[in-house]
Amino acid sequence: MTADTRPRRKQRHPGLTLALDILNHGGLTIVALVFLFPFFWMVSNAVRGNAEVLAVPPRLLPTEWQWGNFVEAWLHLPFGRFFLNSAIVAGSVTAITIVVSSLAAYAFARLRFPGRDGIFVAYLGTLMIPQVMLVIPLFLIINQLGWVNTYQGMILPMAFSSFGAFLLRQFFLSIPRELEEAALIDGASRLRILISIIIPLSLPAIGLLALFTFIGQWNNFLWPLIVVHGMDYATLPLGLTMFQTEQGTSWNYIMAGAAISMLPGLVLAIVLQQVIYKGIAMGAGFGGR
Amino acid sequence: MTESISTQAAVAPVRRRNRMSAHETRMAFLFLLPSLLGFIAFMLFPIVASLVISFTNWQLISAPSFIGFANYQRLFTLDPAFYTVLGNTLFFTAEYLVLNIIVSLGLAVWISGLKRGQRWFRVIFFLPTFTPSIAASVVWLLIFTPGGFMDLVFQTLSLHVPNLLLDPRLAMQAVIIVTLWANAGYNMVLFNAALDLVPQSYLDAAKIDGANAWDRFWKIRLPLISPTVFFGTVMTAITSLQVFDQIYVITRGGPGSATATLGFAIYQNGFSNYQMGYASALAWVMFLIIMALTALQFWFQRKWVHYDS
Repeated sequence: MTADTRPRRKQRHPGLTLALDILNHGGLTIVALVFLFPFFWMVSNAVRGNAEVLAVPPRLLPTEWQWGNFVEAWLHLPFGRFFLNSAIVAGSVTAITIVVSSLAAYAFARLRFPGRDGIFVAYLGTLMIPQVMLVIPLFLIINQLGWVNTYQGMILPMAFSSFGAFLLRQFFLSIPRELEEAALIDGASRLRILISIIIPLSLPAIGLLALFTFIGQWNNFLWPLIVVHGMDYATLPLGLTMFQTEQGTSWNYIMAGAAISMLPGLVLAIVLQQVIYKGIAMGAGFGGR
Repeated sequence: MTESISTQAAVAPVRRRNRMSAHETRMAFLFLLPSLLGFIAFMLFPIVASLVISFTNWQLISAPSFIGFANYQRLFTLDPAFYTVLGNTLFFTAEYLVLNIIVSLGLAVWISGLKRGQRWFRVIFFLPTFTPSIAASVVWLLIFTPGGFMDLVFQTLSLHVPNLLLDPRLAMQAVIIVTLWANAGYNMVLFNAALDLVPQSYLDAAKIDGANAWDRFWKIRLPLISPTVFFGTVMTAITSLQVFDQIYVITRGGPGSATATLGFAIYQNGFSNYQMGYASALAWVMFLIIMALTALQFWFQRKWVHYDS
């Protein structure tokens, strides 16, 4: 910071500034601890015996730390299987979304063809459609195809995001055309240009689209709830709701499962915090919640 | 950018130009094809199908027959649950939307004033938004459970508040608390990023002119970030009208039907009772409400959103 040479109307005492600073940080720390409490409560209840979870009044810390509960939940409940299903579904949807959106976005951004703007407006127009309205006909389609309880039934209806095409189009438009003109004159194909010029320059936008698509699908609940029956194809969020109704809910295992399901998102949020911050600023997450 | 193309075209004969644009159209079609097929199969067709189904009495097992506006008639005139569900949804959306904006904007402003540690507070408040809403709901269900941690807090503070999940008047508050915890961090980051872009020189100038922090917020920072706040408000309104996950896990619409929202009612009618026609009619009512509310917000923005010219 450069020294401020302009006259200040009111000069604060340095001690007062320090006191305000401490008050600010102290207040925010308290709010932050309240925000973090559910995470603490989850872990603290995951590693105690089930009887102790329901003790009244509840104890803050377990009398005995049973870290083995995580192994138990992973192997027997079986959150390991749910984790795998979540990874397969979220990973596939993300991969398809990236490929399909990049191709479509290039057509919207760079190629001239009849009906381009009309199709693009139709894409934009569907962004407000509530998911719960789509799932009824989607279920009837998937049911007709015999895809209930299959990976393709879980993946394909979620993999064609008009938002992805929109986001990448906006980014592609910001790339100077001159960069691809030389390649065009040399006779390079459009696909070649997309792969070797446009995509390398768009990695930040593509990475953000991948991140938010993956997290969105990892956390998705409504569609798996409708298209999956039984445990074999259940994802983590669906698996978490399966032990609620059983007699004598095993709260400690459910808390362990909740922690397992939260782990990838928490790691990504911490490691990629600067990327996410910039991405939300440019509208990559689409949306408010 | 179009200059070089037009100079090229001027040199080339017209026929070649036509061939080139036909080639370009063909290429565009190929590039767009996968996306377009998916869009038609999983978006356009379902939207049309949903509208058609809403005029039938389809129940999955029996063949559907066309019944005109009977589903909509039943909604508005016969089904006593509909107005409860509609009221619950609007109540949730109104209270949640206001609290979300207050909490997220408040935290964003508070954090933006820090010289150190801004990044870490931001990431802490953002963390819940990257967790599955179902996992968050399960954890909060344990916190709210009768005799659980929330009751302990009320007791310790000598507040005579009944258990939130057992009281029909308070159950929605539990849903709102969970939703706030899980989602307010998103708008907080959005607003924080916008605040970072407000030029420091504006604020310094106002300070010299004697504006206090309160005035600087209402007269400089808020107007400057108002397009972002507007965007966040519109998006949050659209998603909160659809609230479902938290309710499915925490209250199942109860006690009674105190927390049954439109999203929950659509799911129940469609996938518990298999009344696809009636559920689709409900879904269209939700969609129309979303559009109406969004239009209203766009109309209302003229009064408070400032765009740079």
